[in-house]
Amino acid sequence: MTKRFRTGYKIGVIILAIITAMTFGALILIAIGADVFKTYIVILTEPLKNKIGVTEVLLRLVPLSIVALGITVAYRSGIINIGAEGQMAIGILTTTALALAFPALPSYILIPAALLAGALGGAVWGFVPGFLKAKLQVSELLSTVMLNYIAAQLYTFFLRGPMLDPAEITMGSGTPQSMRLSRNLDLTRFIKGTRIHTGLFIALALALFIYILLWKTSFGYKMRAAGASARAARYGGINVPKYLIISMVISGAFAGIAGGIEIAGVHRRAIEGVTSGYGFSGIVVALFGGLHPAGIVPAAFFFGLLIYGADMTQRLVGVPANMIQVLQGIIILTIVATKMVLANPYLMQRVEEKLFSASRRGKTEEVA
Amino acid sequence: MEFIVNIVSLGIPFSVALLIASLGEMFNQRAGVFNLGCEGLMAVGAFLGLLIPYLVGGGAEVPGIYNYIGIAVAMAGGALLGLLFGLVVVSFRAPQGIAGIGMQMFGVGVAGTLFRHFVGGTQSVIGIPKTPIPLLADIPILGELLFQHNPLVYVAFILVPVAWYVLFKTPWGLRVRAVGTNPRAADSIGIQVNRVRFQALMVGGAMAALAGAYLSLCQVKMFSDDIIAGRGFIAVALVYFGHWHPVKIMGGALLFTLAQSLQLAIQGLGIDFPYEFLVMLPYVLVIIVLSVSRNSQKMGPTALGKPFNREMRT
Repeated sequence: MTKRFRTGYKIGVIILAIITAMTFGALILIAIGADVFKTYIVILTEPLKNKIGVTEVLLRLVPLSIVALGITVAYRSGIINIGAEGQMAIGILTTTALALAFPALPSYILIPAALLAGALGGAVWGFVPGFLKAKLQVSELLSTVMLNYIAAQLYTFFLRGPMLDPAEITMGSGTPQSMRLSRNLDLTRFIKGTRIHTGLFIALALALFIYILLWKTSFGYKMRAAGASARAARYGGINVPKYLIISMVISGAFAGIAGGIEIAGVHRRAIEGVTSGYGFSGIVVALFGGLHPAGIVPAAFFFGLLIYGADMTQRLVGVPANMIQVLQGIIILTIVATKMVLANPYLMQRVEEKLFSASRRGKTEEVA
Repeated sequence: MEFIVNIVSLGIPFSVALLIASLGEMFNQRAGVFNLGCEGLMAVGAFLGLLIPYLVGGGAEVPGIYNYIGIAVAMAGGALLGLLFGLVVVSFRAPQGIAGIGMQMFGVGVAGTLFRHFVGGTQSVIGIPKTPIPLLADIPILGELLFQHNPLVYVAFILVPVAWYVLFKTPWGLRVRAVGTNPRAADSIGIQVNRVRFQALMVGGAMAALAGAYLSLCQVKMFSDDIIAGRGFIAVALVYFGHWHPVKIMGGALLFTLAQSLQLAIQGLGIDFPYEFLVMLPYVLVIIVLSVSRNSQKMGPTALGKPFNREMRT
């Protein structure tokens, strides 16, 4: 089997996968009578047509990439974290709590402290499923989902109760949200007229951090070993349950930081709908980015584009924004299936035989 | 007494969606496939179930038959999605946990997108009315508890012995258990492992969709994006809790919903307690139950979550 055939085969499979995913999306679009081609064009190009569009995509890259980095740490260590949505919500609550308690602190103390508080909140919410999995063999798939629902309730409880904006009480409009947080917490918006904020650089720095942690330290090596084969890792003297828990703590902390940054950079107060599915989209981004920081940042850009683009389709071509969920779901399904196809050497061999058996038969005859 | 009767007669209809979805998931898992996408299948079922009666009557009362056509359409849709999931995890042998999440997103997304196009807004339907069973419904207390419900409530509880019979007393049930316990042995005596898994996934998908249609036609009587509200995931957890046995699963479903109707009753009494903490109760309960019954995983189908590859030695 030539190397050229192998690369060609892989590229062929990936192209086939993309076509499959787009076809499934197209089926749904046809069902609602939308113009398939136009919808895809709007999603993929409309946001990139002006400065605001591009910065809005980058704005979504920030939480997507941070959440996905956290999910990658967990995934690489052998535990699937679908609880990022809840961890993010708790991170928002702890960030808000700190900012409400110490509004007068100068920026250079308040911002790191508030984000650390967010990380801590998310870490606690990640620790629980990690601990339950490591010590009590509770499936993390179920526990993290349940913790998402619990976090969502806690979130509304705090926004309606203890953290409710005093102005809302006097005005009586009753929107569940906190007051405008201290201006010292604001992340600078560095391009005039847009919302893009310095959280972008935090996200890039965190990507570098995860790369170094997972691939350049023995600590990360042990985590990846535990994820690649728990049994072999145990045989090699690695305390697998310990690394499971640590990886979930890191994963939760990242989701918490993502939540804190959303508050400090975009909303400037805790309101409903801040997480808006980033926890789930983060899973898609992590998988799409090949569970590697170098892939995750561009993948986060791509999905930021899809999410923002899907918002636009609602206005421009009348396709509901729920379409993004359809696309994300189908992308996960095709990625996991495609991975299996690529990892199957026998299939590749068979395809090669089918394709080239005729020409090879010709060659052997020549030799004879 | 009145209070308890209220709680139980409220709780029984609440348990139906969980019960049907759990029984379906039980067939999946008995065949060795873990379908975390249950939530998505239920969402599609909830949408499809409501679609036909809505298109016919536009929210007004329609002849009963259309409700049942809606349910049939929903079940067909669920079976189709089961097939799609089978393609990914059985044919391509993809890891089931992550594929299930994809399925969940896909299902919820499809239901929401199509709903906005075909129905839109908060459109309620008349749905399927309660039908008391003649004579039996007049028994004091017991009649009120058990025989004054929706037809689908009776169906759900009849499904429990039916599922038991199918799983333990029919050749197909034996095949399902065989491919979920020892697929290699099943293969060696000529059972087509993947085909049985596909069948189980279609049955499970149809039942998940039925559960969803119950929610939209009988319980909530409308559709919204969050109509399933995690019931699909709780249903998956109930299968563990119920040790893959229909009767124990029914017990679990009842226990959960009694807790829930107790919560509603407490709210009704006007006791000042943050509402959010009552709502999170079932989810907390799932985590506690899973942590306490940790040995239950050993009792599960041994090939659960493991794709079968005829060509590979294991």
